Amino acid sequence: MATRRVWYTLSAVLMIGSFVSFIMIGLNFAIDFTGGISVEVAFPQDASIEKTRSAFEAAGYHEPQVKAFGSTRDVSISLKTTGESAEVLRPKFEKILASVDPQARISDLAVVGPQVGDELRNSAIKSLAVTLVLIALYIILRFHTWRLSLGAILAVMHDPILVLGVFSFTQTPFDLSVVAAILAVIGYSLNDTVIVFDRIRERFEHNRRQASDITLDQAINQTLSRTIMTKVVTSIVVVALLLLGGPALRGFSEALLIGIVAGTYSSIYISSAIALSCGLKAEHLFPPERKDPIDELP
Amino acid sequence: MLEYARWKYILVGVVLAVALLFALPNLFGDDFAIQIARKDHNAIDAPQLASIETTLKQAGVAFTRVELDNGNVIVRFADNDAQLKGRDVVKDEKTGLNKTYVNAMMYASRAPRWIQALGLRAMPLGLDLRGGLYLLFQVDVDGAVAKLLSTYDQDLRRALETEKIPFTDITSLQEDSDIPNGLRVLLPAGTDLGAVRAAIKKVQPDLGCRDAAVAQGAAVDCVMSKQQVRERRDFAITSNITTLRNRVNALGVSEPIVQRQGLDRINVQLPGVQNSAEVKSTLGKVATLEYRLEDPRPMPANGRAPPGAKIYMHKDGYPVMLKRAIIATGDQMINATSSSGQQGPAVSVTLNSAAGEEMLKTTKANLGKRMGVVFIEQRREVTEVDGKKVERDVKEEKVISLATLQGVFATRFETTGLSMNEARELALLLRGGALAAPISIANERVIGPQLGKANIEKGVKALIIGMAALFLFMILYYQVFGVVADLVLLANVILLGALLSMLHVALSLPGIAGIILTVGMAVDANVLIYERIREELRNGVSPQASIKAGFEKAFSAILDSNVTTFIAGVVLFVFGTGAIKGFAIVLSIGILTSMFTALMGSRALLTLMFGGKRKITKLAIG
Repeated sequence: MATRRVWYTLSAVLMIGSFVSFIMIGLNFAIDFTGGISVEVAFPQDASIEKTRSAFEAAGYHEPQVKAFGSTRDVSISLKTTGESAEVLRPKFEKILASVDPQARISDLAVVGPQVGDELRNSAIKSLAVTLVLIALYIILRFHTWRLSLGAILAVMHDPILVLGVFSFTQTPFDLSVVAAILAVIGYSLNDTVIVFDRIRERFEHNRRQASDITLDQAINQTLSRTIMTKVVTSIVVVALLLLGGPALRGFSEALLIGIVAGTYSSIYISSAIALSCGLKAEHLFPPERKDPIDELP
Repeated sequence: MLEYARWKYILVGVVLAVALLFALPNLFGDDFAIQIARKDHNAIDAPQLASIETTLKQAGVAFTRVELDNGNVIVRFADNDAQLKGRDVVKDEKTGLNKTYVNAMMYASRAPRWIQALGLRAMPLGLDLRGGLYLLFQVDVDGAVAKLLSTYDQDLRRALETEKIPFTDITSLQEDSDIPNGLRVLLPAGTDLGAVRAAIKKVQPDLGCRDAAVAQGAAVDCVMSKQQVRERRDFAITSNITTLRNRVNALGVSEPIVQRQGLDRINVQLPGVQNSAEVKSTLGKVATLEYRLEDPRPMPANGRAPPGAKIYMHKDGYPVMLKRAIIATGDQMINATSSSGQQGPAVSVTLNSAAGEEMLKTTKANLGKRMGVVFIEQRREVTEVDGKKVERDVKEEKVISLATLQGVFATRFETTGLSMNEARELALLLRGGALAAPISIANERVIGPQLGKANIEKGVKALIIGMAALFLFMILYYQVFGVVADLVLLANVILLGALLSMLHVALSLPGIAGIILTVGMAVDANVLIYERIREELRNGVSPQASIKAGFEKAFSAILDSNVTTFIAGVVLFVFGTGAIKGFAIVLSIGILTSMFTALMGSRALLTLMFGGKRKITKLAIG
């Protein structure tokens, strides 16, 4: 607890960095949210990204985004919406691709209307907001003092903000599955905080006279091996997902991994520290005991 | 002493045995297949089976197995391409199979017969794992409300003209709503507004009307209630869903999904379908209805209808001759609902007043005769003639109802003498014919079968390797207790798989990710318990008492820590769509199963190992 100023500073820097990146660079929204056309193409051998891009440009498509997708043979192409339907677009694309490689095959073709994209974005924001509000409500009901509630809420906000910061900074495509990952992270990162706070209460119960910062340190240290173990184990499977799950799950697993690391950090270093800075004491958790009047007789 | 109640052992045992059984079909996978049935619903026998097999072989279709199943033939294929080829051969006119047989694409489970006989099914695979066509239809629900208003507009004009009440105009009205939801009848000053309202009430009793103050003359406002607007929008969606579902079923696609998405969209998923043009022409058909009287003349022997009449097929397969004169059409229908009244199941139909007037005239003159409803579907078909693409409209007509006129009626009437199922089906068909709102495609996605296969391979690989790494880590860290945790986690995956199969939730790539994540998070409960046990041991508590205390003290922490993730899962389920919803279901169910397995399963196992009167001096808990 003595070092908490250091962690506050680190978190403040990370948060400000995330906000700056989020506002200045912005998220790289996938067509889930913007509407548009997305084509995935499988080439029989290593694909030429440049040739594919110029072929689409030559066919009159504005700013096609062509990227390797998973392997060197798979290419993903994102285009702005043209108002045409998939069955009109497919033969056109097949023709363009045939000029690059006659054996190229379209493996996935998606056309998302702009209106649907707008709505998805709204519902994503709504679901983030509703989750945060519900979880804040839960925290307020669960802990009897606002000092712990504030600590938990700030720690919980900390993690999705950091994920958004990293995603905007690295320009990783932000699609619906990333939103799902962020929501899972919000729920999951709170686990640790709840466990630490439970232990704080237990420690205070054990010894009310002890200084708050020592009690909090004890609680964190006693739960530390559990916190680390759980996160290491969860990270193992998420890393497996990141490495083996293929490109379709990359954004999802990246968001989870960042969120899990941030969540571990915030529940160890931030949530309890904030409660302490707010002046958390044993009597906030337990109403002062009223002694039996008879005991006070000489 | 460490003990565990006998009923809890039994509960854990039974739950796991049932889970194992329900999760079992998922292990076998399935084949691409087509199901062939006789058009006359008779069973296919062995010689016919042999002839089908020969025809397929001659056509060069590479199938892996042919079998008889309840009088139908199931032909299995190695891949999607062979399956499509097989389907085309059965549909082809050249082979002659199309005269006797119909066929549908399906996924035939490779599970042994006894599993299938128990009705156990594997989780269906989502489009991203199977390949297929995804369409999101936008339904013009506001258009449906506007159409109803214009019907009301006509009805009001007609009612006022009939009652000889002069009026200036009828304008649309938007009151406390985001779209026009009412009508304002403008009248000359001094009109008897009570009489106006009475006249309107006669033709449209559901429409709430009241006097309104206007600058010049007088006016009556008739506004649809919020409830009525909502009902109309819902009607537009549900009638479209029914129609789409019927048409999708007619496509013969396996495991199709047609469901409402949000307020005004319909989500259609067709696994295995690659040709979107054909599907969209079928799904985009325009349906309508026509009410006509039966022609009393005898059915001509040569099958050619006499002048003024037309011969239709009834949907149950017999010919019906109807008069050419139309009494009412589908776009004049306001609603059709099925109900079970005093006279048994019935379909009640509401027409607008123009059609009602015509109906009144007809029923007055033709009491005791029969009236038929013709269901007409029109679609645009593109065919190639001499290398040129030619569009033509294809019309399909059939009689869906033929009933005797038992009384005189106008805008509202009932068709009785049906079974509950018949009534429901007729109401759905009628509503489909009234098709209250135009639909358009908002989103579409075609996923190739190879991509689906690659996705599922990657997902399963990530699941297996992730779990293996996790299992190893747990054993290294917690030793014997690590093995217990691993068994418990395995039980958790089986339980989760069983519940998902039972609920028949389509598994998608995010769903697999959800399973992997659930396994990772489920470890948490075990870790909480074990860390507590270790702590107790460090404090000098005896091994058996430590295990007991570990479970008891960790319980509240486990419960608490899962609540928040569960909240996030539920919110995702409510706001999410498609694959994200699948992830949310997996996440939420996974939390429940992991709590059950960690708290009850692991306790039962540990008590079995260390419980009772045994003397345990040391626990191998790392």
